[in-house]
Amino acid sequence: MEIVKSEKLSFEYIRRDEEGNVEGITRALDDVSLSVKEGEFVAILGHNGSGKSTFAKHINALLFPTEGVIHVAGMDTNDYGNIWPIRETAGMVFQNPDNQIIGQVVEEDVGFGPENMGVPTKEIWERVEESLRAVNMYAYRKASPNRLSGGQKQRVSIAGVLAMHPKCIVLDEPTAMLDPNGRKDVIRAIRALNDVEKITVILITHYMNEVVNADRVFVMDKGKVCMEGTPKEIFSKVEDLKNLRLDVPQVTEFAHALRKKGIPIPEGILTNAELIEALKNVNVGK
Amino acid sequence: MLRDITLGQYYPVDSVIHRLDPRVKLLGTLLFLVSLFINDNFIGILVAMGFLVMAIELSRVPFKFMVKGMKAIAVLLMFSVVLNLFLTKGTVIFSFWKISITKEGVYTAVFMAVRLSFLIIGSSLMTLTTTPNNLTDGLEKGLGFMKYIKVPVHEIAMMISIALRFIPILMDETDKIMKAQMARGADFESKKLIQRAKSLIPLLVPLFVSAFRRANDLATAMEARCYRGGEGRTKMKPLHYQTRDYLAYVIIIAYFVLIIMAKRFF
Repeated sequence: MEIVKSEKLSFEYIRRDEEGNVEGITRALDDVSLSVKEGEFVAILGHNGSGKSTFAKHINALLFPTEGVIHVAGMDTNDYGNIWPIRETAGMVFQNPDNQIIGQVVEEDVGFGPENMGVPTKEIWERVEESLRAVNMYAYRKASPNRLSGGQKQRVSIAGVLAMHPKCIVLDEPTAMLDPNGRKDVIRAIRALNDVEKITVILITHYMNEVVNADRVFVMDKGKVCMEGTPKEIFSKVEDLKNLRLDVPQVTEFAHALRKKGIPIPEGILTNAELIEALKNVNVGK
Repeated sequence: MLRDITLGQYYPVDSVIHRLDPRVKLLGTLLFLVSLFINDNFIGILVAMGFLVMAIELSRVPFKFMVKGMKAIAVLLMFSVVLNLFLTKGTVIFSFWKISITKEGVYTAVFMAVRLSFLIIGSSLMTLTTTPNNLTDGLEKGLGFMKYIKVPVHEIAMMISIALRFIPILMDETDKIMKAQMARGADFESKKLIQRAKSLIPLLVPLFVSAFRRANDLATAMEARCYRGGEGRTKMKPLHYQTRDYLAYVIIIAYFVLIIMAKRFF
């Protein structure tokens, strides 16, 4: 079943000057048609201003399409009555961990979503415990968010969304403000959500390494989806990605360079292990 | 230097006072403050002192912690004592050159000092034993009846708790901006008052801009998590009165009655 399905989705920002006159229109999303199946791990890649964050906000009914439609679990976001059910179905984690934590104690922040949904007190506590355990932050439940590292804060944010029991979690560049260690922890937690909890994950990012484990990847540029496929398929097209000002993982780039020099290894190598395997099969002696 | 400012600081120990319902503590503090101002004799002061000492003992917060709060208002305290001492008219008991001290002056000065210091200690006892969350929860529930006269109680409580949550974040930000501006030659340590006030502008403008940006982000994040006001919201930590809370109410009321009686009969 499709959890997110957009058809010819377009969105326009109207830029205004100081007097409020229309200065110009920016088309942030242009004719985006894509669908995500339940239980999938999908990554959306794109450079700054490619429209990927705008798309993410449509999934959560925070922005509404100028043209076209987007359905979340079969609900049309244009229908006002669907807003709250949609937000309960599709949770969202944002970029800046400081600006999305509301509680002054970790456990209270995680409980914020369920409180808003009107979940009974006893069940809130169960949900909070289970979500904090899922992201491995249970030991910090009594801590103040201000004392946590960026990666820990971001995992608390994920737990906060998880406690609402969504079917789908949209993460809008969740690691952009983190150090490499925090980034690793957060990505591990996200992967566990998909593997263990079977939640649909839509990860929006511009770090290539985070995309490697996705089931499918969409590449966006100037508001359009310009590539679609498995990570292997996408990373086979190193030149195309470079034209879109996107990097490829270091290993992939290295393999690509070797191939260019005439060493017969396949395209789309994503991990060190794969490269070693491929190199073993190369017949060195002529 | 900004780190030293603590607002509503909480002293984490486990005591009866800590465990009391925040509504009890709010009402108790309010009645205590009122009692200080209706009281006008030494018997009343003794009663108030007894009440305060008992509360401090029960709270298990070291006394020196409370006195810390007094430092901030020491100047104000001295000022009001001195003014009252020299400027009150009445029976002169001591006079030197143009300055004269009256019996009434001594009386009001002592009273003012006692009142002010009790007031500070009393209210800091509340903030020392109640977490900010607990306090806003107490305000929300305790003043809940006011929503029938169109006072947005839930919204105000939410605003207070968000403000408290963002104080440390904005402090960090101020520190950062300050350092950035200092690196570019801004002078925050000038001795001249006007210079110093002027130097705050390049600090405040970016701080405000960033605060608005944060507010916008936070509002979006709250909406994404289904926040739609206080209607239909459940509580993770609901407030329920226990036996000790009722007992505390009885003690507070008894104290208040005692103060009124002291005013009447002495």
